[in-house]
Amino acid sequence: MSSATVTGVEGEERDDFTKQESAQIRRRSLTLLGSLLAPLKLRVVLTMLVVVISTAAQVAGPALIAFGIDRGLPAVLDSNDWMPAFLIVGLYLFTGIVGAVLIAWYTVLSARISQAILIDLRKRVFLQTQKLSLEFHENYTSGRIISRQTSDLDAIRELLDSGINQLVSGFLYMLFTGIALFLLDGISGLVLLGSLLPLYFLTRWFQKRSQSLFRQSRVASAKVIVHFVETMTGIRAVKAFRKEKRNEEHFGGLVEDYRGVNAKVIQLFGVFDPGLVFIGNVTVAIVLLVGGFRVVDGSLAIGALLAVVLYTRRFYDPMEEMAMFYNSYQSAAAALEKISGVLEEKPTVPDPVQPIDLWAARGHVRFDNVRFAYKGDTVVLPDFSLDIPAGQTIALVGSTGAGKSTLAKLISRFYDPTAGTVTLDDVDLRDLHPKDLRRAIVMVTQEAYLFSGSVADNIAIGKPEASLDEIQAAARAVGAHTFIESLPNGYDTDVNKRGGRVSAGQRQLISFARAFLADPAVLILDEATASLDIPSERLVQEALQTLLADRTAVIIAHRLSTVAIADRVLVMEHGIIVEDGTPADLISGTGRFAQLHAAWRDSLV
Amino acid sequence: MARQSNDTPVSNHTSTLGTFRSLLRIYPYAKSALPRIYLGMGAALGAGLVALSIPLVLEALVDGPLSTGDSSQIWWAVGAVLGLGVLEAVFIALRRWFVLTPGTHVEAAMRNSLYSRLQDLPVAFHDRWQSGQLLSRAVSDLHLIRRWLSFGLVLLVVNTVTIVIGAAVLFYWHWLLGTIFLVLAVPIWVYGFVFEKKYSIIARRSQDQAGDLATAVEESVHGIRVLKAFGRGKYALRNFESQAESLRGTEIEKAKAIAGIWLWLLLLPDVAFALCLFTGVWLASAGEITVGQLFAFFATATVLRFPIESIGFLLSMTFDTRTATDRFFEVLDTTNTITDPENPATIPAPKGRLRFEDVRFRYADSPEGVPDLLDGVDLTLEPGETMALVGLTGSGKSTLTALPTRLYDVTGGRVTLDGVDVRNLSREELRRHIAMAFEDATLFSASVRDNVLLGRDDLDPTSPEADATLNEALDIAQAGFVRDLPDGVGTTVGEEGLSLSGGQRQRLALARAVAAKPAVLVLDDPLSALDVDTEALVEAALRRVLASTTALIVAHRPSTVMLADRVALLENGRITAVGRHSELLASSEHYKFVISSLEDEEKREAAEQIDRALADDTREQEEVSK
Repeated sequence: MSSATVTGVEGEERDDFTKQESAQIRRRSLTLLGSLLAPLKLRVVLTMLVVVISTAAQVAGPALIAFGIDRGLPAVLDSNDWMPAFLIVGLYLFTGIVGAVLIAWYTVLSARISQAILIDLRKRVFLQTQKLSLEFHENYTSGRIISRQTSDLDAIRELLDSGINQLVSGFLYMLFTGIALFLLDGISGLVLLGSLLPLYFLTRWFQKRSQSLFRQSRVASAKVIVHFVETMTGIRAVKAFRKEKRNEEHFGGLVEDYRGVNAKVIQLFGVFDPGLVFIGNVTVAIVLLVGGFRVVDGSLAIGALLAVVLYTRRFYDPMEEMAMFYNSYQSAAAALEKISGVLEEKPTVPDPVQPIDLWAARGHVRFDNVRFAYKGDTVVLPDFSLDIPAGQTIALVGSTGAGKSTLAKLISRFYDPTAGTVTLDDVDLRDLHPKDLRRAIVMVTQEAYLFSGSVADNIAIGKPEASLDEIQAAARAVGAHTFIESLPNGYDTDVNKRGGRVSAGQRQLISFARAFLADPAVLILDEATASLDIPSERLVQEALQTLLADRTAVIIAHRLSTVAIADRVLVMEHGIIVEDGTPADLISGTGRFAQLHAAWRDSLV
Repeated sequence: MARQSNDTPVSNHTSTLGTFRSLLRIYPYAKSALPRIYLGMGAALGAGLVALSIPLVLEALVDGPLSTGDSSQIWWAVGAVLGLGVLEAVFIALRRWFVLTPGTHVEAAMRNSLYSRLQDLPVAFHDRWQSGQLLSRAVSDLHLIRRWLSFGLVLLVVNTVTIVIGAAVLFYWHWLLGTIFLVLAVPIWVYGFVFEKKYSIIARRSQDQAGDLATAVEESVHGIRVLKAFGRGKYALRNFESQAESLRGTEIEKAKAIAGIWLWLLLLPDVAFALCLFTGVWLASAGEITVGQLFAFFATATVLRFPIESIGFLLSMTFDTRTATDRFFEVLDTTNTITDPENPATIPAPKGRLRFEDVRFRYADSPEGVPDLLDGVDLTLEPGETMALVGLTGSGKSTLTALPTRLYDVTGGRVTLDGVDVRNLSREELRRHIAMAFEDATLFSASVRDNVLLGRDDLDPTSPEADATLNEALDIAQAGFVRDLPDGVGTTVGEEGLSLSGGQRQRLALARAVAAKPAVLVLDDPLSALDVDTEALVEAALRRVLASTTALIVAHRPSTVMLADRVALLENGRITAVGRHSELLASSEHYKFVISSLEDEEKREAAEQIDRALADDTREQEEVSK
């Protein structure tokens, strides 16, 4: 793995980065962070200003109490002058109110910033997910891309929600407390400074230990999540094969691992937290000792001693929360590294820089010396040329792995050829404006995915602005209208979890209706009728005959019934066309297609 | 495409419980942890008391040695402060130590029981609930409950006690100062209760919206091919955006609520301090209190600031936990409609006679007026018989296949196996006798071997017998391709492993059903994703297995029907014809309509002959015109 790079999502699962690689990854996430913050610059400055003022106001308290005791009280006692006392109390009230109001404002301001960052990040990852080519999605499993957008973004949300707030206000609080202490009494300030040394060691120790523990904890929780989701999505198979007991054991083990790591993490806090209190209290004692003697010899006022003790005691208050920040920081940093990796991925099928518009496509598709190999050098199409005149319906036949689906994916530009060009109306698909490409070429696959929402919504994906009449017309055209009408709420029926209530065949009909509604110049059907029953297939075929009359179509089907409506049949083997002709020509011949067709005829009844 | 959470059922009675009653429901899980939690509270209280006693020493110091100038006494006082300070740290360590393990155990136990409950609940439940919604219950909600138990609850109780004791100490210094401080603390409590209502509603909404957003993400990934094929990435983004925006709105509302309580939590103590300072100066000038007492008052009040401020977030944590608890119990409270009978019958040696007797079924949410999906199905499969089930798409074939294994229960009539109502068998036994393969093949993140031998928990996975079963099943399902995978049958597949094509998954799912060697095999269109050649091979091999096994096979194709001894035709929720394929072809118009494409084919070929001639002409003309 040492030769592997860390560009994009590569090497994401590794944990043995070299220094150089870590630096590269860190740079990448920092750049991302910078670009997220850039549009918020003004708001960030305002927020910082608010938090600085509010913290200063909050820290002023003990010093004002000291003034009250050392100046206000003597003035009253000596000259019955209430002015200083009034002033100090007024100032105290003022700082208290300002501090509280500003902190409240800061809470809202920082929430606005973190939400703005989050929504920006969410949109970027979402858009990038949509932009990335199918090749990426086929290698990077859906579970991982989903967790980038859910659990990883949650980690960042947590950091932004509480972590940053606590760090910023905590740090400022400690800073201002330290400054106030120095201003009041330099010697106590030095004592406090001395306490920073054990504090540093304690925090270092905590950081080191927590770093590896938090990583373990994330791994353990990911395992729990994956197993959980897999069980819930595959619940039918779980039940049918009585996997429940075994699952419970396995899940119990995962939960226990997770619990164990969590317990260790908490244990760490069990040492860190009292450690902080210990350092704090010892420092208070020392400050008291050093201050006490000076009060006795008159070089320190009694009120100042009170303030010094209060400051010292309050100095460590934010530390525990700040240490928590380190956890959320770590998981957020890891999450940001992964997300920045996804965002860094270049789509292998990029949008053209200078897109060519094609307002009305005729549907003339041509392959010129196309070579195609998937990653890993398995050549699927060695050197492929094919001219599909506009309006022609082509059937692709051949055994699994002959390259039929690859051909379909090249036409629909799910992939780009390794060499050579695929053109539509003599425009290279790589230069064609995406909107025109997607309007002109539509592919229907066997896997008919339904989104949650109504049946009408699902058909309307073919043409979002379609009216209900258009939607119904499309459904009627493919023979889906009757079953949709018989659903509980007709076209408004919610298709539920992954189309649970709609049968596989019905799902395919809906996705056919989608394609009809989209009304493309080139239609690609990749095993699109596999789950249909025969009457539905018959209806679809009749519909296809009208639909395909004036448009280009590429049909891939294992079952030859669909092939019959084609103008031309291509038999493919190992990425090469071995037979090319009209169905009738090929059937009457002695080639591969004639054999296939005969076998298929025999299977009919 | 937008999905709202309001279709997630919320049981009404939990939401009417008060926060306290609602949280009390955790008790059974937390019971064993309580002694240590109490000890933790004790330790925390100790820490609080020690912290409160430090000002007493300070007062003695200020009014004693510092005012008299007796510097030798300073050592004693400082020693006492140091000792108390160390003691405080020790108490805090003890608190941590006491509550550490029990909390994590409670969390783990709740997580396990949620999981096992979810596995137990029927498929109908899972149809209604998104896995994302369930996941957030299993992970973040339980995490929150744990943190509340070992941290929130302990501190809430202890800080309240500390505040009460601290208030007493404040009164001890001077009643007026104590009164001012306490009177100003009262609005915090009042606001806390106002805050409860506001915050818990927003928190719940934000959790739900986050769940919906996760669903939108999942769909955008799983449906990526559709979105790409139609170029609807932007459209999906708009939907996603609007959901993300509403979540953002809720989050900001939440931040405003938090800001509101922070305002009062910070403002009131500061106002109290200021007023106390003034009163203190006045009292001291009047000789009512000493400087040392004033000093100690502020030291004590400072110790009390954290407990008072913490009440705010402890309360909001408590309300969050209450929401989490409600969500947890929403699942646990769901009545399981498909359970094991009290005294399960047993079939020691199943023969495999499967009978549907006047079986009716309708989905719980189908509207009134719509007839039952299965409207009185009568069908008998004799032992060893292979029955093909044929019907139009959406006629209820898949639903019918889900009834024998009780993935759904009949809503009328009954299904019997060897004369025993399937509801009288334990689900475990029933599902051992009947194995299924689904059209939508699910593989788990495990090796190919484990996936195929899923139904054979009776076999030692390393035994030669297991190997033999595995190989036989793979051969029958024509799944030899697995031997070419990187680690052969040890290769991990499923979400965490290698991704396989639909046809490959389907063959493994079929192998799994075959390997289970059940008395009854139920196959829901198991060959739909296979190409013709493979399908023929699978069918030939399946024939051997089916010779001795009762089988119900949903069939779309004549080739699949050929596997069967008899065919049953499902039409309008009933079995309208049962018989041999050739008989039905002759006797049933509907059957012919559903299964036969021969006539069309012949018609089409005739037309083809004519078209071809015409097309050739056109093409030639085109060529010429070019």
